Amino acid sequence: MIEVSGLSKSYGDYQAVAGISFSAQKGEVVGFLGPNGAGKTTTIRMLATYLPPTAGTATIAGFSVTTQADEVRRRIGYLPENPPLYGEMTVREYLKFIAEIKGVPRSATSKRIEEVMERCFVADVANKLCQHLSRGYRQRVGLAQAIIHDPEVIILDEPTSGLDPNQIIKIRQLIKSLGENHTVLLSTHILPEVSAVCDKVVIVNRGRVVVESQLSQLSREKSLEQVFLESVSQEDSVDAAA
Amino acid sequence: MRNIWAICKRELLSFFVSPIAYFVITGFTLLVGFFFFNYLSYFQRAQQMAPMLEMRGGEAPNLNQYVIEGVFQTMVVILVFLIPLLTMRTIAEEKRKGTFELLITSPVSVGEIVLGKFASIAIVLLAMLSAALIFPALLVEFGNPEVPPILSGFLGVLLCSLGFASIGMAVSSFTENQVVAGVASMVTLLLLYVIQAPAESLGGTWAEVFQYISPIEQLQDPLRGVLSLKSMSYFLSMILLGLFLSRRALEAYRWR
Ligand SMILES: Nc1ncnc2c1ncn2[C@@H]1O[C@H](COP(=O)(O)OP(=O)(O)OP(=O)(O)O)[C@@H](O)[C@H]1O
Ligand SMILES: [Mg+2]
Repeated sequence: MIEVSGLSKSYGDYQAVAGISFSAQKGEVVGFLGPNGAGKTTTIRMLATYLPPTAGTATIAGFSVTTQADEVRRRIGYLPENPPLYGEMTVREYLKFIAEIKGVPRSATSKRIEEVMERCFVADVANKLCQHLSRGYRQRVGLAQAIIHDPEVIILDEPTSGLDPNQIIKIRQLIKSLGENHTVLLSTHILPEVSAVCDKVVIVNRGRVVVESQLSQLSREKSLEQVFLESVSQEDSVDAAA
Repeated sequence: MRNIWAICKRELLSFFVSPIAYFVITGFTLLVGFFFFNYLSYFQRAQQMAPMLEMRGGEAPNLNQYVIEGVFQTMVVILVFLIPLLTMRTIAEEKRKGTFELLITSPVSVGEIVLGKFASIAIVLLAMLSAALIFPALLVEFGNPEVPPILSGFLGVLLCSLGFASIGMAVSSFTENQVVAGVASMVTLLLLYVIQAPAESLGGTWAEVFQYISPIEQLQDPLRGVLSLKSMSYFLSMILLGLFLSRRALEAYRWR
């Protein structure tokens, strides 16, 4: 479903992503991990067709993110790092707008809106203006926006940041259930989250993939935390030695 | 088409919850009203002196020339300053709030984004200019102006305002900063507005070129009641040029 090969992004001289490759199968939930500044958001933005890569290729559902961006856009749901809300709209108005531009059939729109508000636990703020929502609710509306058109591939940049512990559990359950018939790529800093919802983990550091593994294979030998710390610090020491 | 309409509706909603639209529409109506009554009192004074003028073989003062042309021409000046206030937020605001990332990664083409936004501004301008038609309507009710030049003049000013809006939108597509967008559009429109000034001293081909691209020169025909092909095609080209440039600017952003 997602095939990434040698994907790179430079901002001027600075290489934020340096040849990342990984893949995600249909129905897999992939956790995208890495320290701050590792290049997660940059990679995700390239996959979501927001930023053009400087090198490499990526395909989503078989379509190239560079040459067939329109096809990719039709098939992804995307929650950016900051939920992209229009403050002056109510949650319901906002979701209706999203349904329109994502091509949800007119007849199905209001049903989908209610469904998705239910699933993302935002039904109680349906008539509130987005600008008056708390951080956690903004995040949940952002998530509702990403799944309203039932996309094949769902890309989430830190979907549980800003949520209270109770919501974190509920949203994880939601993501896990989405993973049953969608492909989900999510970035996060919370390691237990990966263990709880992901089938596969990709760890990046300094713009490179340092670990790509099925979760089931990992945990037999070491805990995810050990793997994460080792892979990230190893890179650091290699760098320091050079 | 559905996408264009969705974006247009959303923009209109933003316009009417933000104070800017009300501020611009009220300001416009007040200013036009002020100038209207000014021109009207000029006209009255001219009428008092009319017998003297006519004795010397001059023409009687004409309501259309004195008041209506004056009001329409003044509208254009006011629009030069007010339209940037309407267009400056179109793209800049989306980039600031991060919703630009949402639009760009949605199955909506850049052309649809541009057309939807332009349509919303066009609706606001149409409402605003129609409201200002109350002043010419007063003249028709209480005086006897010629009506066709009022209608063609209105159409001319409307097309001109759409041209200005389109240019303003193009300018604001090139920046992420609202203030920069506003100031740069104002400067651009002001330059366009005064461009025929040096024409007389220049002479030759340049004079003709400057006169051709001057909106004031091009408004002369519709103000006199003539919907000439030349001026209509001029205003339409201005609108299309602005839309084209906006699209290019956003496309460049998409792939930068
Ligand atoms: N527009 C930009 N111009 C220049 N450098 C940038 C830009 N955007 C990101 N970077 C740099 O690219 C690197 C990767 O950033 P990115 O946002 O992808 O990290 P991240 O893995 O998402 O981090 P975090 O965990 O903090 O969200 C960082 O060093 C960042 O400073
Ligand atoms: Mg990030």
